[in-house]
Amino acid sequence: MPAVTEEARLPDLSVRGAASDARAAPRDQATGSESDDTFPKVLLRRAKGHASDPAVREKEFGIWQSYSWSEVAEEAELLACGLASLGLERGDRVALLGANRPQFYWATYAIQSVGAIPVPIYQDSIAEEAVHILDHSGASFVLAEDQEQIDKVLSVRDHLPRLSGLIFKDPRGLRSYAEPGLRSMEEVRALGIAKRAADPSFFARAVAEGSGGDVAIICYTSGTTGKPKGVVLTFDNLIATASTMAAFEGLTGSDSVLAYLPMAWIGDHFFSYAQSALVGFPVNCPESGATLMTDLREVGPTYFFAPPRIFESILTDVTIRMENAGWIKRRLFAFFMAVARSTGVRLLEGRPVSAGQRLLYGIGRLVVYAPLLNTLGLRRLRVAYTAGEALGPEIFDFYRSLGVNLKQVYGQTESSVYVCVHANDDVRSDTVGRPAPGVEVRFSEQGELLYRSPGVFKEYYRTEDATGDAKDEGGWVRSGDAGIVTDDGHIKIIDRAKDVGRLLSGSLFAPKYIENKLKFFPSIKEAVAFGDGRQNVCAFINIELEAVGNWAERRGISFTSYADLAGRMEVYDLVSGQIEEANRSLARELQLAGAQIHRFLILPKELDADDGELTRTRKVRRRVIAERYGALIEAMYGDDDSVDFETRATFEDGRVGIVRAHVPIRQARTFAPEPVR
Amino acid sequence: MTPASAAAHAAPATGTILKLDDVSLSFGGIKAVQGVTFDIRPSEIRAIIGPNGAGKSSVLNIINGFYRPQRGTITFKGRARSYMSPYEAARGGVARTFQNIALFKGMTTLDNILSGRLLKVRSSVFEQALQVGRAVREELDQRQHVERILDFLEIEHIRKTPVGQLPYGLQKRVELGRALAMEPDLLLLDEPMAGMNLEEKEDMCRFILDVREEFGAAIALIEHDIGVVMDLSDRIAVLEYGRLIADGAPEQVRNDPAVIAAYLGAKR
Repeated sequence: MPAVTEEARLPDLSVRGAASDARAAPRDQATGSESDDTFPKVLLRRAKGHASDPAVREKEFGIWQSYSWSEVAEEAELLACGLASLGLERGDRVALLGANRPQFYWATYAIQSVGAIPVPIYQDSIAEEAVHILDHSGASFVLAEDQEQIDKVLSVRDHLPRLSGLIFKDPRGLRSYAEPGLRSMEEVRALGIAKRAADPSFFARAVAEGSGGDVAIICYTSGTTGKPKGVVLTFDNLIATASTMAAFEGLTGSDSVLAYLPMAWIGDHFFSYAQSALVGFPVNCPESGATLMTDLREVGPTYFFAPPRIFESILTDVTIRMENAGWIKRRLFAFFMAVARSTGVRLLEGRPVSAGQRLLYGIGRLVVYAPLLNTLGLRRLRVAYTAGEALGPEIFDFYRSLGVNLKQVYGQTESSVYVCVHANDDVRSDTVGRPAPGVEVRFSEQGELLYRSPGVFKEYYRTEDATGDAKDEGGWVRSGDAGIVTDDGHIKIIDRAKDVGRLLSGSLFAPKYIENKLKFFPSIKEAVAFGDGRQNVCAFINIELEAVGNWAERRGISFTSYADLAGRMEVYDLVSGQIEEANRSLARELQLAGAQIHRFLILPKELDADDGELTRTRKVRRRVIAERYGALIEAMYGDDDSVDFETRATFEDGRVGIVRAHVPIRQARTFAPEPVR
Repeated sequence: MTPASAAAHAAPATGTILKLDDVSLSFGGIKAVQGVTFDIRPSEIRAIIGPNGAGKSSVLNIINGFYRPQRGTITFKGRARSYMSPYEAARGGVARTFQNIALFKGMTTLDNILSGRLLKVRSSVFEQALQVGRAVREELDQRQHVERILDFLEIEHIRKTPVGQLPYGLQKRVELGRALAMEPDLLLLDEPMAGMNLEEKEDMCRFILDVREEFGAAIALIEHDIGVVMDLSDRIAVLEYGRLIADGAPEQVRNDPAVIAAYLGAKR
């Protein structure tokens, strides 16, 4: 792919990727010539040029086993030949159902080699979820890891007329199964050996037939609303994005990754397959889900992706272990973490630091940071990504101050992972960075983020109307997320686009963004903001019983119940201070400054999934809450400073009772907008 | 399993690996086992059930030589005898787990399972201490064997954890692992699922079935969960007050009036 200048491709941007230097950078030596437009072609070249370099490692029987590029190519060839002799044809779909195992990565090469399309499925999906994907994709083969997965497919096989073959990796428990079409991977491999003997050039011919415009993979998105949709990505999509991003992050063959996130997730396919192939770094498959942290330490990856909860749990673990450590260690840790907080991030970003601070940080690295990172397996990290939910700024800064180059990525399956990303010297915990190289971003009238890039998906598999809804003729894709641009050109994702509204004044109102700001306070468990089509923003607060209860006990404030505590004036004072702090931070954001919280009340009852007020994953159900608490909402927009209220509550033993309370309403201080920096 | 050890363990071609013939055991005046006759076939899952104190554990203890019966013969792999010595039993491929877990609490999972390999070690203490000759190769072989068991029982994550720190369900699994390390032809499981929750029980059932399939061992198990027993076993022997009151396929035993009476009580 020739490098395209920014101006030629991106004529009318509202926001531009800043890293045009990275975009124009020549592609890594290893990333191939013009003709390598599919992953099987890339694999074959690697097997020639870098035959003995490690491609995949797996910890098995307690030892890291390594497979070289030539071994992977050999296995892919045999599997491809075997699958072909079982009748797999160009364009057929093959489902992959299992954890990250080397066999599944080379099966992906094998399937793509013969022009068929891999469809990875989340290994923990229940049979009904799996059946939808198997049926919708019309898969003719399933490659499953073990008995558990095979049983899952067999339980729904009657609904899958197109499924002709089931292939398993691990034969354990399956020897007595007499299901038609059930075979081990070993048997398929043996068929492959026979086929290759009969037709030695089959594999090379099949690989040569593929081209960049072919479909590389169909990834079903987990779909929070409705049935999952199959996102169709071509080789061109993935190769363009993977190689641009590899150049942007300076990846080389000496990097390594830990393949532990589900193979059905586009991120794993991108980092552990596409980029591994293009750049030539090895992929490490952990022994099992339960040994992940040990494996992380042993592998010491340089390139790492983890959802926020992993970074959070590592930090919690460190904090707990330090609290239980001896006095000297605790003091050392506290002292040098303070040094790290003041100096680490500046050093990481190459900003000026005094010689004394530099020296202190150096000592800190020797006695605290390096040993700590080494224990965690993060010592060699060069690039660490997180994405998804917001990661608290203090957690983000903890890692960065230790010298871990932790960055936010924003993207979707539909964009081949990347839409926005932090550049190395330009990281802020509260944004998702600037548009990634090659990506154009603009915003709709409603504030929805739209993007266009070479990585944009071809279509939703067999769902034309959904494709039309998401992608226009010009190639712009609706992300479904609302975002804003900060004055320094970073992008912030504030909420789902459908939840974003406007105040009467026209000011943008993003409830989740405001609620998340509030929920960062330990005493606030849940918050619900109102404001769409209103004069100003008001909010319900749910206190966190444990934190606020503790706080009250320490101050000698007595209380009898949750409702009692929630109604105490002292608690209102506490929450009021936190809302002011949230307002102050909102005031610094140009587009959101108008949506500060004017009035609030503390609910006398916890919002509960049993009452239908939250989803099982603890997301706020706005419509239910608006109906049930309508009287409270109107009172907040009225003039009274309290309201009498009663509602239904489900107790833990399932009984339903009535909660009656006299609920005070408070005014919160708001601030004049002030731009940041 | 190496070919050599497989050959050493090979059961005779007859239809039984073990047969108890009219075996009786008493402790003073207490008749724990009275004239019990029953057999176990190769690769069979054989359940022994019965109310508390029926003599189930005593039967297992007779099989692996812990108790010496006063009467009867024990035929194991074609050789009849009046008493099995524990060493003979272990040598001959009888391994067991215990009702109350009997692991080395301070040792890791790895070391506990490795202890099950003791009888397979050929090199002397001196060779091992000096790390010379066959000792090194043998240590690698033993470790590899243990690793296969860790993989089989899906307990890689607790490889280096002292077993005393493990939850009960996992300790049970480690104990099964130690028994498997002996490459048994006959595996005796004394209440492998006692005190487990439903999920742990399901896992254990799967492991028992897989043990049979992968290792081809015959399994004699004592279990109180009748649902598990009915689903799992090929044949069930029912004991009451030391006597065998029924023996046969699960269906047959389930409908046996004597068994129903023993468990539910009968109208007299």
